[in-house]
Amino acid sequence: MPQDGAFLRIHQVAKTYTARDGSSIQALRAIDLDIGEGEFVTLLGPSGCGKSTLLKILAGLLPRSAGEVTVQGRSLAGPSRALGVVFQAPVLLPWLTILENVLVPAKVQRIDPPLAAARARELLAMTELTGFENRYPFELSGGMQQRVGICRALVHDPAILLMDEPFGALDAMTRETMNEELQRIWQERRKTVLLVTHSIPEAIYLADRVVVMAPRPGHIVEVLPVDLPRPRTLEMQNTPEFGRYVSHLRGHFRAGGMLTA
Amino acid sequence: MGRGSSLLAGAVLPALMAALVFGGWEAAVWFFAVPKIVLPPPSAIVLALIEALGSSEFHWNLLITLWEIVAGFALGALGGLLLGFLVALSPLAERLVYPYIVAFQTLPKVAVAPIIVIWFGYGLSSKIIITATIAFFPLLANTIMGLRAAPADQIEMLVSCTATRWQVFRMVRLMAALPYIFVGLDVAIVLSVIGAIVGEFVGAKAGLGFMLMQKNFNFDMAGTFAILVVLSLIGVALHAIVQTVQRRVIFWMNIRGDRPVSL
Ligand SMILES: Nc1ncnc2c1ncn2[C@@H]1O[C@H](COP(=O)(O)OP(=O)(O)OP(=O)(O)O)[C@@H](O)[C@H]1O
Ligand SMILES: [Mg+2]
Repeated sequence: MPQDGAFLRIHQVAKTYTARDGSSIQALRAIDLDIGEGEFVTLLGPSGCGKSTLLKILAGLLPRSAGEVTVQGRSLAGPSRALGVVFQAPVLLPWLTILENVLVPAKVQRIDPPLAAARARELLAMTELTGFENRYPFELSGGMQQRVGICRALVHDPAILLMDEPFGALDAMTRETMNEELQRIWQERRKTVLLVTHSIPEAIYLADRVVVMAPRPGHIVEVLPVDLPRPRTLEMQNTPEFGRYVSHLRGHFRAGGMLTA
Repeated sequence: MGRGSSLLAGAVLPALMAALVFGGWEAAVWFFAVPKIVLPPPSAIVLALIEALGSSEFHWNLLITLWEIVAGFALGALGGLLLGFLVALSPLAERLVYPYIVAFQTLPKVAVAPIIVIWFGYGLSSKIIITATIAFFPLLANTIMGLRAAPADQIEMLVSCTATRWQVFRMVRLMAALPYIFVGLDVAIVLSVIGAIVGEFVGAKAGLGFMLMQKNFNFDMAGTFAILVVLSLIGVALHAIVQTVQRRVIFWMNIRGDRPVSL
């Protein structure tokens, strides 16, 4: 693992929530993770192991209790233009057209409008949404809305893309198509990606490395490099190599319990 | 089959219902020989209405009451809206002002109306102010609620792309408040009709409420009922105007069924 060349470095990050009744819940314990530039890392773990908590800390939406996050050596405090975030739900603003929705970060960050609009159209074309620029979110299907969410996360050209179960709400077929599309986007744009998922095949299919987490409190149990050639195809999921990765990861989540390292 | 039943429910049934209600009313008045000063038959009310519509006295009084309603509504709604923004945006303003507002709201406006008439006289201004005090609160309450109603995920989305507090307010909170503000406007416009009439009852020299009192005093029941019909039509028309504007402004809520409940 590149210790010095790390692009996004998560060092000893911990999070303790204080509940309403004053009791504290430790959600994350000493998370260490270095992510290289242009690397695609997926975060896999059972419900409640702190995946969303970690992502929110990286996105600057949640203060961490301890530790440090740096991007290219610079400490990350609060939301940053270097980041694009895709949420589990598309979270589009219903009163804005698709194009205007994609342009929200550009507007917030006062990016030159013609430049931003050109980039937005390019992204919409890449996600096969050309022709829908002037439609409203309620006129689009769930999968299309989620693609708009991805365009929005990319419009300000962030170096890092954070995705929290971006396809969790989609049906299996759409999800596979979206995975193919995401791989294509990533290969074209070479973003550094951290994607949270519950799906083992999705985690393997997309990742350079799969990070496996376990709960109580959230910690990393394994970092698994995926050594499959790119571009990956959906057919690859039927190969014995892919199957070996799947069964290895499934070992962590055996019957009812979760192995702790 | 579906077409037939929807046609039945859409036009035939309501017409049948109306014929039954008004026909029954008419028949009952004749059959039981109810005196005119107790309950006039619908036909007499229609005649009185036609007569009123042709008289310039009625036109003048209608105009006065409409002005009281619209001006009072505008004044009260604007005040409620502005104070709503202030209270929603400043916790200090909320603590300082809100207790007084709530205390004032619990006062029955009918009880306050005579004081306002003494302060502002028997002319239009006292009616406008009474109407404004009634239209004020629905807007205040709904504006405050609306400005706090923006979904947390929309705010988080904006914050994650480095939006400032002001940008979050402008781009999300304001828009999320619109449906609530329109509920407030809808309630306020209907209450404004009541406000103007109450004001005229307390003391006035003109207006539909004044005319209503006069006709009532003269035992002209058909005329009284005719004015009641006009008042209710005014309410329905103003409500329809607000609804039409609302449908245009909050266009994104028409398709889904998630519009806040209104009157
Ligand atoms: N606002 C909060 N206040 C208190 N505890 C919280 C809060 N948010 C999360 N937690 C706790 O932190 C732990 C991790 O939650 P988190 O949402 O990060 O899990 P997750 O891995 O994303 O789960 P899922 O896969 O179900 O989305 C959980 O035990 C949860 O109860
Ligand atoms: Mg989560």
